[in-house]
Amino acid sequence: PLLCRNFLDQAEQFFRSGHTNNWAVLVCTSRFWFNYRHVANTLSVYRSVKRLGIPDSHIVLMLADDMACNPRNPKPATVFSHKNMELNVYGDDVEVDYRSYEVTVENFLRVLTGRIPPSTPRSKRLLSDDRSNILIYMTGHGGNGFLKFQDSEEITNIELADAFEQMWQKRRYNELLFIIDTCQGASMYERFYSPNIMALASSQVGEDSLSHQPDPAIGVHLMDRYTFYVLEFLEEINPASQTNMNDLFQVCPKSLCVSTPGHRTDLFQRDPKNVLITDFFGSVRKVEITTETISLQQYSEMESSYKEDQMDEELMEPLKYAEQLPVAQIIHQKPKLKDWHPPGGFILGLWALIIMVFFKTYGIKHMKFIF
Amino acid sequence: MGLLSDPVRRRALARLVLRLNAPLCVLSYVAGIAWFLALAFPPLTQRTYMSENAMGSTMVEEQFVGGDRARSFARDFAAYRRKSGALPVAWLERTMRSVGLEVYTQSFSRKLPFPDETHERYMVSGTNVYGILRAPRAASTESLVFTVPCGSDSTNSQAVGLLLALAAHFRGQIYWAKDIIFLVTEHDLLGTEAWLEAYHDVNVTGMQSSPLQGWAGAIQAAVALELSSDVVTSLDVAVEGLNGQLPNLDLLNLFQTFCQKGGLLCTLQGKLQPQDWTSLDGPLQGLQTLLLMVLQQASGRPHGPHGLFLRYRVEALTLRGINSFRQYKYDLVAVGKALEGMFRKLNHLLERLHQSFFLYLLPALSRFVSIGLYMPAAGFLLLVLGLKALELWMQLHEAGVGLEAGGGPGPSAPLPPAQGVGLASLVAPLLVSQAMGLALYILPVLGQHVATQHFPVGEAEAVVLTLLAIYVAGLALPHNTHRVVSTQAPDRGWMALKLVALIYLALQLGCIALTNFSLGFLLAATMVPAAALTEPHGPRPLYAALLVLTGPAATLLGSLFLWRELQEAPLSIAEGWQLFLAALAQGVLEHYTYGALLFPLLALGLYPCWLLFWNVLFWK
Repeated sequence: PLLCRNFLDQAEQFFRSGHTNNWAVLVCTSRFWFNYRHVANTLSVYRSVKRLGIPDSHIVLMLADDMACNPRNPKPATVFSHKNMELNVYGDDVEVDYRSYEVTVENFLRVLTGRIPPSTPRSKRLLSDDRSNILIYMTGHGGNGFLKFQDSEEITNIELADAFEQMWQKRRYNELLFIIDTCQGASMYERFYSPNIMALASSQVGEDSLSHQPDPAIGVHLMDRYTFYVLEFLEEINPASQTNMNDLFQVCPKSLCVSTPGHRTDLFQRDPKNVLITDFFGSVRKVEITTETISLQQYSEMESSYKEDQMDEELMEPLKYAEQLPVAQIIHQKPKLKDWHPPGGFILGLWALIIMVFFKTYGIKHMKFIF
Repeated sequence: MGLLSDPVRRRALARLVLRLNAPLCVLSYVAGIAWFLALAFPPLTQRTYMSENAMGSTMVEEQFVGGDRARSFARDFAAYRRKSGALPVAWLERTMRSVGLEVYTQSFSRKLPFPDETHERYMVSGTNVYGILRAPRAASTESLVFTVPCGSDSTNSQAVGLLLALAAHFRGQIYWAKDIIFLVTEHDLLGTEAWLEAYHDVNVTGMQSSPLQGWAGAIQAAVALELSSDVVTSLDVAVEGLNGQLPNLDLLNLFQTFCQKGGLLCTLQGKLQPQDWTSLDGPLQGLQTLLLMVLQQASGRPHGPHGLFLRYRVEALTLRGINSFRQYKYDLVAVGKALEGMFRKLNHLLERLHQSFFLYLLPALSRFVSIGLYMPAAGFLLLVLGLKALELWMQLHEAGVGLEAGGGPGPSAPLPPAQGVGLASLVAPLLVSQAMGLALYILPVLGQHVATQHFPVGEAEAVVLTLLAIYVAGLALPHNTHRVVSTQAPDRGWMALKLVALIYLALQLGCIALTNFSLGFLLAATMVPAAALTEPHGPRPLYAALLVLTGPAATLLGSLFLWRELQEAPLSIAEGWQLFLAALAQGVLEHYTYGALLFPLLALGLYPCWLLFWNVLFWK
């Protein structure tokens, strides 16, 4: 019994984060050569995420334009994130899942919610389950409450919040980290209402996120400030780091970023200081090698402890849903006159007045022909 | 009951309008002129800014170092050209091929309607040579053009040298997303017109040219260069194009940002940029530049090859290198770097330039006036015509109010409506004026050979003198037409004619002002007072003098003098007259060779209108 309790404690510590697999959805929404920096942003997060252990099969990378092979690129097949060409984030093995015109709001939402046509290849699917931690990174041009996709459509913060709610209801994530690097990025996470979501943005409402690294040889800005400093921060992380989310919140203060990065943690269950960076950015398999042999309990005792765990689980998950659809109101609706309409008699009176004035001007004698 | 249908109220309103009309007209005219003069001053001018996102900043690294190569090419070109007398086509082909371009030639020929005395040519035939640099990794869907016009009077050999050196430099870069066409044309603008027509597969000016063998995609922008010396002290930019069309302001902004980046001295209309906009000096200098631009735009001439590109909605600029007596000089490398930067930024374009203004006025290179701010000036001037027309309408259509502003001695007999009686007397002057206009348009060029047979003049002189003769003959009209038309025209018939003439003038000037504001404003500023004041009663010689002085021909003469005055090279009377005759000939010629519209507008539109006023003045 003593050994079993120890094992249970160890097991609890082992699974303290609650997730068993990691996914990443990285989206760059803008096309055209002068938006080179958005592709570089996304590719640098892709690079970090891959380096820390998430395999390509668990990454959905959506790039709206091809900068590496753009005819205007003086260094073809490269995408640099530091000027003077220090760091090529395009590398040798980039696997882009959604490319060019496939990056649309509809495809993005389908990826998130899993409502994908049966013919979609596996690499284009987000096959997450209720023990997945998902990192969602979006960059592009945005405004107060929306993010622009490809110069022709937008996704609003409400749509995004609803998509996340659908994911929660379909048990498609355990915890979600949402990072957005656009102008007025904080507006995109204002409307989230599903549990277990932590969000970071590069600027507050009313602020612009600025670009960084102007490179005259290539002729464009290479990165955005926030992601540039996030990349520098992530370069220090290795799969064994114990750095937590509070450090990520400190990345790029106003002095470096000019805009004020923001974050939102009220929907998140755990305390951010207990959340490791590698919980989202890496795919860390917890392996503990033990030289002791552990004998497992009999089945019946396992069952009772299993039930205890289940009850604990129930207590640990306070499921709170916001009232999205007030059904009661809809079913028992009475036709309430919300707007004031003038009484019907008013119209008749008005016409009578018009006719009276008409006859007064042109002669009362016409009236007897009517009445 | 209604304001307009109640006779008592109408009379009161009519009296009010008639009483206030004269002061309102004067006020409106003065407001129009004052608004125009205020255009150079700060609240109405704004700083220019780059509107196209794709061309954001001057963040490019210029690497052109081929100054020596450019000079050697220029020397060779000048030598071959002197030897052959015309464009050295074979040498150009060889050199362009050695630099790495795909070379094609195009021959063209044109028989001008009459000999051109300024350029001394009549039967023109020549060859254009152009080389295409294909974009290494893109489909040839779009292209940029770099053109150098070579004529007999301006050899532009350094420009050709720089073109070849830049072509060699560009050929070594891999970041081109558009094809670049390097075009050398013969006979200046005639060659450019021939090439453009063949490239776009149209024939608007009767040029005969051989079809092109090589194409490169839709042209997004073009830059023309005229450079005749090894070093320059400043670069002058010309924006006004054919018929007053202007390129997109972003192209000018691009040029100006590279001027600033390279520290080059750039001028507009030959004038330096005023630095001090807070005091009075800057805006006054800006006003001079603005007036020069207005005069150049009003003339409707293409002031460089760029003017012909604009017709095909290709944004284009002409850059002229000027070598004056300043001490600080720039060599070909500096000019080459500026051009390289411009082309590199144009390479980033994804769509045609459309974000910035197409209609603007420029008091300085870094200041502009947008159409929303300069249009009220023309509006105020045309308002005068409207007010006058309204006054005449009221005078014609009311019963019982005398002609004087204070009201007559009592209601006279109601007048018959003017249309019924005066219709016949209106149609005749209109038809005769239009016929005179038609004669002014057709006869000079048609009758030049007849004129040369009977008079000892050359063809060009014959054309010009016939023009002037018909113009003056129109002045004799009223005394003759009245013998033709019945003399039962009532005394008020002139009012109806003047009403029609005012509306006709207002319509024409309004339409002109919309597309070519400068021409519309200039004509309105001169013709509106004369048109408003003209009437048969009153001091006839004075009105006649005023009308003659504000007629189209006199306006042209006056604007020539003003133009040279503003350029600080004033003319004497004799020189001015010679220039006037030359300008007339050029105007007619450009109408036939490039499709310039000033000559038909003045001959078929404004001259008949002006004759109607002359008719009104001499109404018996």
